[in-house]
Amino acid sequence: MDENSIGIVETKTYTFCGSPNELVLNSGEKLGPITLAYETYGKLNGDKSNAILVFHALTGDAHAAGWHEGAKKAGWWDSMIGPGKSFDTNQYFVICANVIGSCKGSSGPASTNPKTGKPYGLSFPVVTIEDMVVSQKHLVNHLGIDKLLCVAGGSMGGLLALKWSVLYPDSVACVIGVATNYRHTAQQIALHEVSRQAIMSDPDWQEGDYYGKSIPARGLALSRMIGHITYMSEKSMEERFGRKLIGKEKLGFDFTHDFEVESYLKYRGTSFVQRFDANSYLYLSKALDYCDLSEGGGLVNVFSKAKASFLIISFSSDWLYPPYQSKQLVKAIKANDLDVSNIEIESSYGHDSFLVEVDDQAKLIAPFLKRITKETNNV
Amino acid sequence: MSNTPLTFKIISDMVKDKSRVLDLGCGDGGLLSLLIETKGCRGTGIEIDEKAIYQCVEKGLTVSHGDIDSDLSDFSDKRFDYVILNESLQQVLHPRQVILEALRVGKQVIVGIPNFCQLSSRIQLFFGGRAPITQELPDQWYNTPNLRFLSIKDFRAFCEEHNIKILRETGVSKNKIVRFRPNLFAHEGLFLLEK
Repeated sequence: MDENSIGIVETKTYTFCGSPNELVLNSGEKLGPITLAYETYGKLNGDKSNAILVFHALTGDAHAAGWHEGAKKAGWWDSMIGPGKSFDTNQYFVICANVIGSCKGSSGPASTNPKTGKPYGLSFPVVTIEDMVVSQKHLVNHLGIDKLLCVAGGSMGGLLALKWSVLYPDSVACVIGVATNYRHTAQQIALHEVSRQAIMSDPDWQEGDYYGKSIPARGLALSRMIGHITYMSEKSMEERFGRKLIGKEKLGFDFTHDFEVESYLKYRGTSFVQRFDANSYLYLSKALDYCDLSEGGGLVNVFSKAKASFLIISFSSDWLYPPYQSKQLVKAIKANDLDVSNIEIESSYGHDSFLVEVDDQAKLIAPFLKRITKETNNV
Repeated sequence: MSNTPLTFKIISDMVKDKSRVLDLGCGDGGLLSLLIETKGCRGTGIEIDEKAIYQCVEKGLTVSHGDIDSDLSDFSDKRFDYVILNESLQQVLHPRQVILEALRVGKQVIVGIPNFCQLSSRIQLFFGGRAPITQELPDQWYNTPNLRFLSIKDFRAFCEEHNIKILRETGVSKNKIVRFRPNLFAHEGLFLLEK
């Protein structure tokens, strides 16, 4: 634990939308009661004006910063959230909640359906990015916060933040979107579909009804391997693995692992199986594929509702959510006369850059939040 | 050089209080900061250099990492009171288009150019037979970021051809304003334009 860590933290839960007040989802189906797992860091100030909601990426969770008791690893954005860090917990009250559809403490396909007493499985309704945002608004209301200083996130988290800015324009002062986009392209959908097929073609998947039985481990691992390829760049893979052989001096002339990159992907896949639910991967990837902020009238029109200031960060080698999509986003925000700063950071780490390039992001996020805080206090 | 207190002051004097400003090629944001602090302006910049973006954001500025040759189309007509092109015009690919675009998105445009026909440059060209190296144009032909080499007179002619009104013109040399024959004695020309 470094000296700037927030220290030991715990995940809390909030349950709402119980019968008969279920949440009506984008699909028209109802979901309730809904549980959200969340963590908070720092202190909410007297006028409740220093709250920041951080959204996690596809397979992330509410544990963004600090350490769980006895854990070997800190939260997923611990390098960015803590005393003196980009999201300085000496100044800001930071909230992070697990999205619905996930398996990290919030309601999802692995949760127990109160009507049947069994896990939902595929009877869990398909949720969207908007549904995730709406459910987190309930949590923010529950915490007594009318207006967030900032919503922020990388990758899927960025999409959630952008969605918040157009859904609740009066409830946020600024948005930080990192390595994000505004809609999934055919290529992105195609990559997700291959990942889903990997899971659904595993005989253990059993139409999603595998809880308490053998889990579709091979399918899920394969889908994670595909994911990992898309998170890195050709350059970062070449630098890290090259053509290095694993545990052998020369090629084996068989189909065991020859190359280090093969064994790395296998390790990533296998370790993922222990921490993530296959059905959740289906639901969350679907939510991303369904997301198109520009639907219903074009992107410029969509952001006409927004009032926040924006900071949009992209990375040169990110081919999953390429910088040109961020540029289009910035163009639409600018067309609405909104305050927007953007940068394309030169980095070779691909989509993963947003978790790696911490120093560069700190140089942007800290002063950006400082300015917005100042502007908010002057109004 | 372009970012002297005098140049900044001349530009700042051209700008009315509390106006909306777009600085094209804003560098580290020095000029924008000055306009915001001393004139109460609202400002934003466009800059191509990644390192300069960090400096701008650290100063609390709004800045876009982009290319002024292509990104002006993002803005609607007369969105800004002033669009500033201080020492950046000579580095763009399509200066004519950039000036006309600047005049579209801005009510007025402020342009600062290094004067390629200042006396010392002429002497170096004429007697030395070499491309001039001066304080304002310090780079060799092979490493200069400048793509265009023009004089104050060239710029006046350009404005006339394109029906652009020059509302104010100031020649500057080494922290002094040059009133007598600026095309010969000024290292730099500053213009306030309107169309």
